[in-house]
Amino acid sequence: MAAGTPTVPSSNRPRASVRLPWAGQALNKGLVVMWLGLMVMLPLTAITTKAFENGLDGFWTAVSSPQAVAALKLTVIASLIVVAINAVMGTLLAWVLVRDKFPGKGIVNSVIDLPFALPTIVASLTLLTVYGNKSPIGINIAFTQTAVVVALSFVTLPFVVRAVQPLLLTLDRDMESAAESLGAGRWRIFRQIILPNLAPGIATGVALAFARAIGEFGSLVLVSGNVPFKTEVSSVFIRGQIESDNLVGASAVSVVLLAVSLALLAVVTFIQRWAVRHER
Amino acid sequence: MSLSSPIKKWRGIQALLVLALVAFGAIIVGCGSSDDGGDGGSAKVQLVAYSTPQQAYEQALEPAFKDTETGKGVEFSNSFGGSGDQSRAVEAGQAASYVNFALETDVTRLVKSGQVAKTWKDNKYKGIVTNSVVSIVVRPGNPKNIKSFDDLAGDDVEVVTPNPFSSGGARWNIMAIYADAIEQGKSKKQALDAVKAILKNTPAQPESARVALQTFLGGAGDALISYENEAIAAQQAGEDVEYIIPDTTILIEQPAAVTVDAPQSSIDFLDFLWSDEGQKIWAENGYRPVNPALVDETQYPSPATKLYTIADFGGWDKVADEFFDEENGSIAKINEELGVEAE
Amino acid sequence: MNGSRLVRWTLRYIALAYLFALLLLPLGVIFDEAFKEGIGEVFSAITAPDAVAALKLTLLTVIIAVPLNTVFGVLTALVMVRSNLPGKRFLNALIDVPFAVSPIVVGLALVLVYGQNGWLGEAFMEAGIKIIFSTPGIVLAVIFVSMPFVAREVIPVLQEIGDDQEKAAETLGANGWTTFWRITLPAIRWGISYGIVLTTARALGEFGAVTVVSGRVSGETETLPLYVQKQFETFNSVGSYSASLLLAVIALVTLLALNLMRRKEN
Repeated sequence: MAAGTPTVPSSNRPRASVRLPWAGQALNKGLVVMWLGLMVMLPLTAITTKAFENGLDGFWTAVSSPQAVAALKLTVIASLIVVAINAVMGTLLAWVLVRDKFPGKGIVNSVIDLPFALPTIVASLTLLTVYGNKSPIGINIAFTQTAVVVALSFVTLPFVVRAVQPLLLTLDRDMESAAESLGAGRWRIFRQIILPNLAPGIATGVALAFARAIGEFGSLVLVSGNVPFKTEVSSVFIRGQIESDNLVGASAVSVVLLAVSLALLAVVTFIQRWAVRHER
Repeated sequence: MSLSSPIKKWRGIQALLVLALVAFGAIIVGCGSSDDGGDGGSAKVQLVAYSTPQQAYEQALEPAFKDTETGKGVEFSNSFGGSGDQSRAVEAGQAASYVNFALETDVTRLVKSGQVAKTWKDNKYKGIVTNSVVSIVVRPGNPKNIKSFDDLAGDDVEVVTPNPFSSGGARWNIMAIYADAIEQGKSKKQALDAVKAILKNTPAQPESARVALQTFLGGAGDALISYENEAIAAQQAGEDVEYIIPDTTILIEQPAAVTVDAPQSSIDFLDFLWSDEGQKIWAENGYRPVNPALVDETQYPSPATKLYTIADFGGWDKVADEFFDEENGSIAKINEELGVEAE
Repeated sequence: MNGSRLVRWTLRYIALAYLFALLLLPLGVIFDEAFKEGIGEVFSAITAPDAVAALKLTLLTVIIAVPLNTVFGVLTALVMVRSNLPGKRFLNALIDVPFAVSPIVVGLALVLVYGQNGWLGEAFMEAGIKIIFSTPGIVLAVIFVSMPFVAREVIPVLQEIGDDQEKAAETLGANGWTTFWRITLPAIRWGISYGIVLTTARALGEFGAVTVVSGRVSGETETLPLYVQKQFETFNSVGSYSASLLLAVIALVTLLALNLMRRKEN
């Protein structure tokens, strides 16, 4: 099961309409609703309310301020670049991990999840050392927009890989063999037979990676410079607003980021339902 | 199997779940009220300060204070960060009994919220516990031959200075540039243009003076505008940097105060910081003593032309409004202009 | 499909080079920089009082967050898959929200709800309980960001195994708890285990949200990730990297656990 891949509880099997009474007991349902309500719904509502505290006008002013717009632009563009890189490299990595054989493959497979497990500030610190002015390999891109892309690529590494791997594993090789015996070239086979089957995984991974990238903060803190209008992403901008006590402005931009991420997660759910339906 | 006892068992488990929730709540509450939430006990100093004096406090001043009569057995809890950020945090409820910020408005904010007494300035040194000056930190050997603020506006020079809306130090930096321009006879508008020209050259605008120093040491920029005490701290930490005191610069006055319900230990600590012993320790750590008799001219030279103070511009209350108001201040406008131009 | 050797090798080495540049080199640097002044320095850095306090606080948040999220995660999964609760699609979206929220926004939301002037915060303050700028705020932040994992791992398993066995047990007279304990739980144990490991990893590493809600009082409200940042800012490179090393080692142990579990499951 790919970690962090949301699915909708729609079962593939025909189900009787009888549910288990004990799972549906009022107390259980109540507990879950209360937990999600208190821990998730309440904070979400607080942010949305704050964002519109000064009305639609106030919201628009906050969101359209030049610095906010610049931050959002950089955030979105950098994230798009990063997910494009991920779409290619993630698929490549999944391919190598599934179809290739080499010593240490198991270790490599495990290491892919490192960005999930490593605290983002540690990532920021070490990326600064590796790609800053004391770089052991002589590459210095600290405090540039390139640094933003590198940091985001680090934290989003696992998403596409882990979404594509299961699909590759369960891929039916008969079609490939058939195509090969018919004389189709490798690239053509990949493009026309394999890739379409991987597409839902790639799309899911891309959506998840994008949602993660636009909100990323910790890995950018030390390495990007945070210059307004140049290397300041939305999360850093929001933090600045919070610390300047401009909570309405912070909430307004937060709502924008949230809306984009939630839309993406909805897309992911949609993709997965579509994939399930089209599998048969 | 009878139905009643297993059902009872299940009900029991559910009850446990509810208890767990209550226990969770209790833990949260317990954590909240027991540690730094309350007054912290009679002998504890809850220090909240701006970023740069961290080592001075933790490694020199606090140990020295604990060696004195009044300081015996006193415990400290320390929090450091950008001056503005820290001040706002205290206003928003962070526990503090002693505060030390980079500029007066960060203390005034707490006077307005009732956390610091109005009389905090009514003493010999008007609430200022240390001085410094705005200086320019450069790479070893000063390869770009930077001698003044004007040089920082050059075409191929990159300057690091903190974000003026989160860092107190950044505001001093800007006023120093402004003062230098005024001293050269420029008009107000021209002086602001001088500021803008330098802000244009920034590859990084970190959130505090200390982070700005780290960013500079990490390779960003050809020069860093910072407190003299930051440059000295870097040198003392073994970093290879030089610093210059421009011909005209501004005197950085760093205020300190105790909060309204601060325990006696905090008041004693502040007195210690003003005592000769305390001031000498500050001097050893790169800060200029406020007692002029203790200032060693060889270590702390005066600028060649003029040393401005914020009083020359009307004091911080006036300057904060005029220059650093988030929406209408001149610096906010400059930021916007730079942003629009950059696109 | 067997590509030619050249293609296979090219792909393999591009992949490995990418991983090296992005993952392995940074990971190696952590070890290198930490041990720069010898192992003694690393040891004294990790045992410095502030570092120990930071580790303790981080562990405390994990000890509270993980069991809580596990219990509620399993409960949520059960309710989502096996009950007839109305509005499940909405709840499903709610489960995913922590994935979609920037950590800074998490901090902001907590400040708005539990801060001095917050919706619930005001009441808490009057009762003398501080949440923001104190430990509870940090705990809440960590709970929020690590919330979805157990539910997300258990839900698909529950769906896949179907409720036939559970229904059978019910017909035979077993009550809810027995059914859960004897039939459901063993079936979902891998899901729960994955979920716990992921939850723990996420909880340990949280930084952005804690940056906003913590007062950063050294030795009290400073988590290990915050400690890493502070050490970096005060010229203490070895201290910063030693703490990073500790966190990296924990991360690697997490990966190991995940890997072992995946193998055992198959």
